[in-house]
Amino acid sequence: MSEKNIYLPYLMRIAEITEESPAVKTFRLEFVDDVAAQSFDFKTGQFGLYSAFGEGESTFCIASSPTRKGYIECTFREVGRVTAALADKEVGDIVGFRGPYGNVFPLEDWKGKNLVFIAGGIALPPLRSVIWNCLDLRDWFKDITVVYGARRVADLVYKRELKEWSERPDMKLVTTVDPGGETPDWTGKVGFVPPVVEQLGLSAENTVAIVCGPPIMIKLTLPVLQKLGFPPEAIFTTLENRMKCGVGKCGRCNTGKSYVCKDGPVYTLAELNQLPAEY
Amino acid sequence: MANTYQLSRESLTSLFGALRKDGRRILAPVESDGRIGLGEVEAPAQVAGDYLQTIMSAKEVAFPKVERLLSYTITPGQVDLKDAEPKAAPTVLFGVRPCEAKAFGALDAVFNWDYRDKFFNARLEKLAVIGLSCTKADEACFCTSVGGGPADTAGSDILLTPVADGYLAEVLTEKGTAILNLASDLFKPGNGVDKVAVAAKVEAAFDQPALTAKLPGMFDSEVWVDQSLRCIGCGACAFVCPTCVCFDIQEEADPKQGERLRCWDSCGFHMFTLHASGHNPREVQSARWRQRIYHKFSYYPQRYDQLGCVGCGKCTRACPVDMNLKEHLTEAAGVTA
Repeated sequence: MSEKNIYLPYLMRIAEITEESPAVKTFRLEFVDDVAAQSFDFKTGQFGLYSAFGEGESTFCIASSPTRKGYIECTFREVGRVTAALADKEVGDIVGFRGPYGNVFPLEDWKGKNLVFIAGGIALPPLRSVIWNCLDLRDWFKDITVVYGARRVADLVYKRELKEWSERPDMKLVTTVDPGGETPDWTGKVGFVPPVVEQLGLSAENTVAIVCGPPIMIKLTLPVLQKLGFPPEAIFTTLENRMKCGVGKCGRCNTGKSYVCKDGPVYTLAELNQLPAEY
Repeated sequence: MANTYQLSRESLTSLFGALRKDGRRILAPVESDGRIGLGEVEAPAQVAGDYLQTIMSAKEVAFPKVERLLSYTITPGQVDLKDAEPKAAPTVLFGVRPCEAKAFGALDAVFNWDYRDKFFNARLEKLAVIGLSCTKADEACFCTSVGGGPADTAGSDILLTPVADGYLAEVLTEKGTAILNLASDLFKPGNGVDKVAVAAKVEAAFDQPALTAKLPGMFDSEVWVDQSLRCIGCGACAFVCPTCVCFDIQEEADPKQGERLRCWDSCGFHMFTLHASGHNPREVQSARWRQRIYHKFSYYPQRYDQLGCVGCGKCTRACPVDMNLKEHLTEAAGVTA
């Protein structure tokens, strides 16, 4: 047979492991095969299936920016069999990667606009790819604001990057933790993400909002954005339905006629409003 | 345009011989312990006589219950990956019903609409279908409600329709012609038999185009809840279905080696859509039943310009709690939106 096996992953070597928060790790992965390393390309918003050989595959976004060449990063929480096996890996170990799959954030369309990123908890990784992509193309955009909340200070991921972002003069970072989640030395806000967004005094004028978080955060943040005047076309999110194939065949990630793995994972609120809420 | 021939009952023995001489295995409905299922045969006498349908569908010939996608060995700091090649033997499916022959088109749509699935394709490429028109039907059948028919040619390479002393043989495709050429002396000039007169009478039960058109507007209808109240989510419907294509990918491994397997799955299972967080987009059985209907009658037509159902009725016959797809669709088609 001359046809390619679409289920065959790339072999990736773990180059670096970062402990982000309890049970959350970031892997930097480099291609074992030089040819694959050279030819591999992706755009921000895309995802992949990561293999722990012996246990199976799990779906995560690519958490690094396509502007950073030579590697990809993923950030995951240890919740099941595959992620537990991944969490046991050490630097130098081999994992698998299939991708990139899915659609992308339309950065070209955002040129000349203000960007507001709103993320909760473990949902920062997909936005981190876009944020770094936009920061690496800083001239394309006007104001960049990032609002990031977690339950507790310990649950905030990418702490070293949050520090870097907070010190950058060309962007604004607002971090918040749920009431009771603060530590004595916490200097960020205390409160849930939706009211924090409401109090920022954001203008919807010439601005796109990119929102990703647990369902409850999204549910309560969308009305705030709409109240601020964001039209549904200017609100973006990325979905992560359960997937097995990633290539539009296995049948489980669909919301209505839309396959999250093919037509998503990036949707505008206007697009989601056309679909049944099966996500 | 099909080339039509006559094939005598006796000549099937020679045809089977010619197919086997050509290196093809023949799969046909056979009876075992009173159940009809597909089995390998050498001679027409082994083919089940008076069957309506097999219990399981023929889809596993191209889409096996379990398929190895890859294998690997693990040593410290290294993984050796091995691509898998499907063992696709040249196969003739003999005597499958027109509904099932048509179903391969629905599978093909999913496996190749974008990325191409080499496993399915390798098997389909080696497969020729000799369909057999139905001369009887039962209460579960509804092919004529979904654009098919008891003597429909779609999906068959050759379609046989039983006539008095043999078969009317319609040679429909290149694969069919290749079979004809293996034993061309057996195929006698056709005599213009009216196959519709011979075929089973299956009355259309509901207006499918109208149902498909109204489904997007009745997502929140109570009808899905009512219909699914007795569904136990066993997944039997999906496993016997000739068009159900949803699958799982599972690992079978020990610390040193393993393989990755594609296995049939069902949208009727709670786990099917369960997120790692515990959130489930289709939390209740009614949402999963609705997905089954919508996938086949709304999403499929929107994405692939065809239905994901051929009206074979296997799901109805297999259901342990008497869910009845024909009746449920008829009911849904009658709901005022």
